[in-house]
Amino acid sequence: MADDKTNADAYWKANIRLITGCLIVWALVSYGFAILLRPLLSGIPVGGTDLGFWFAQQGSILTFIGIIFFYAWKMNRLDKKFGLGE
Amino acid sequence: MSQFAINLLFVGASFALYIGIAIWSRAGSTKDFYVAGGGVHPVTNGMATAADWMSAASFISMAGLLASGGYANSTFLMGWTGGYVILAMLLAPYLRKFGKFTVPDFIGDRFYSSTARLVAVICLVVASVTYVIGQMTGAGVAFSRFLEVSNTLGIWIAALIVFLYAVFGGMKGITYTQVAQYVVLIIAYTIPAVFISLQLTNNPIPMFGMFSTHAESGVPLLQKLDDVVNALGFRDYTADVDNKLNMTLFTLSLMVGTAGLPHVIIRFFTVPRVADARWSAGWALVFIALLYVTAPAVGSMARLNLMTTVYPDMAGQVENYDEAATNPIRYEERPDWIRTWEETGLIEFEDMNDDGRIQFYNDGNEDFADTEEERGWEGSELNVNNDILVLANPEIANLPGWVIGLIAAGGIAAALSTAAGLLLAISSAISHDLIRNMINPNISEKGEMLAARISMAGSILVATYLGLNPPGFAAQTVALAFGIAGASLFPALMMGIFSKRVNNKGAVAGMLAGLLATLLYIFTYLGWFFIPETNMLPNTPEHWMLGISPLSFGAVGAVINFTVAFLVANVTEEPPQEIQDLVESVRSPKGAGAATGH
Repeated sequence: MADDKTNADAYWKANIRLITGCLIVWALVSYGFAILLRPLLSGIPVGGTDLGFWFAQQGSILTFIGIIFFYAWKMNRLDKKFGLGE
Repeated sequence: MSQFAINLLFVGASFALYIGIAIWSRAGSTKDFYVAGGGVHPVTNGMATAADWMSAASFISMAGLLASGGYANSTFLMGWTGGYVILAMLLAPYLRKFGKFTVPDFIGDRFYSSTARLVAVICLVVASVTYVIGQMTGAGVAFSRFLEVSNTLGIWIAALIVFLYAVFGGMKGITYTQVAQYVVLIIAYTIPAVFISLQLTNNPIPMFGMFSTHAESGVPLLQKLDDVVNALGFRDYTADVDNKLNMTLFTLSLMVGTAGLPHVIIRFFTVPRVADARWSAGWALVFIALLYVTAPAVGSMARLNLMTTVYPDMAGQVENYDEAATNPIRYEERPDWIRTWEETGLIEFEDMNDDGRIQFYNDGNEDFADTEEERGWEGSELNVNNDILVLANPEIANLPGWVIGLIAAGGIAAALSTAAGLLLAISSAISHDLIRNMINPNISEKGEMLAARISMAGSILVATYLGLNPPGFAAQTVALAFGIAGASLFPALMMGIFSKRVNNKGAVAGMLAGLLATLLYIFTYLGWFFIPETNMLPNTPEHWMLGISPLSFGAVGAVINFTVAFLVANVTEEPPQEIQDLVESVRSPKGAGAATGH
């Protein structure tokens, strides 16, 4: 029982670490590149406009897809590693 | 074949498909009715979720919003997709593991409180009802434009179709019709976009075409668009916004609102395993993104098309934009699609300076007043409703009649699929949470099934009535539905999973605080219960607190919810052991089994 509990706690900690990392990328591409940091990226031209505009209208969405699939894949591995898969 | 006959054929064929699915997928148990039996493949569920999510607003209005707002309206693109990242990591897998049928089920059980359950039911019903009215009116508009029936009849037809598959099939019928509706709507959206992209940029993929060279002028498309709108006194299409705090909070509010909307969350209860819920969120976003990365291309290209239709001299290589701007087309020579849409009142022309030409520009720009006078212009003469851009796209691009038929079927599919998902969320909250869990816990499986069907039929009638007589709050979907979902439901769900310490008192206090603060802020600017003229402050940026618009307040409401919940929970007792065990159990994917009502 105690081992189960330690195992579950370690699994949850690993999950939180993974979520934190993913959320940093999520915030960076949307709130960062697309909004707050757009003026800093204005020197990088993309198809008639700047990189920030591209992130706001396309880049962030594509990154979001990547984040979810990465998270799902990593979690599958964590589920197996901690023996908590179904 | 006349255009009317083609439209009828396309819409009729799509309806026959939906009804066929309804007959094939009758629900045999409450589990079928609430969670489609719990065995939906993650990719199938992803596709159904995409249709569930993409409403009449996504299909019809979003490209128009982008066309008129340019960069500033990127908030909708990021907000309505970024929410899925939070959903996939913070809510969906754990709520799937919890394994019951509804969102209030989790809030009620986790916070061992029928008050919490009731608050969740009320939030769910208000958010979903607000949302569903827009779908009914959207379907009405599509019917009246394409099938030449009255708005009222259009809404009744829409209600009847939803009735057929939602009352008999429940979530099971809804899931498989949503898959069909997704296919219809994505084809309808993509085909005209591809042709327009080809015409303007020679690039068949709209998301790339948007960032490539405008064929006629040899200049990058977005730069061309900036030059054109600039010459007419509009803000540059790609111009940055000054109020970054508001843009950030608006995006965040849309994201947490998306993650907290019950009709989206319950879709993840239909997959077999916890891991499937994660994959399914990814697939949902893939299918959503197919439309969402095309929408900005449609928006920018439609805006350029519209402008160069009115100012043909601006289309090619332009030496002097000022000169090109002085030569708009004569009203008599306007293209057929403008004539068609004038009949609907969605395009209006008034010749203010009696020169027989169409001057279309930004007459509200003070810096532009001198140019205006120089050119002898006396006000912008063309009024174009944003919503027509997607609907008129096939005509603007001179595409064949069957593409218009497809758009008609696609717009109706988008409205119906979202309406059905919302109606299921509302009816399951009534039959399962109110009737089974609060009023009559001894109800039999058969009795609950009947209650679910009656609630569904009742919800459809209420939605139809409100669609026919839209109340003042109907237009406030973004403020009200996303505000409530983001400020009240999302934080409660998240704390229920990620904190063992938040107890019944904390959760109820937090939800009420988030909800009331958000409503108070919205009502201050938009009027008490949205009754016109009852707002206490004018709804303009200089009166907003710290420049935060009422639409952006959901994120602030969420922070208030979290703060109050933690404060109250920390000064009151810990949740009982069995609740802490429940939290442990939702965190671990092991032994999920299918969703149950018990």
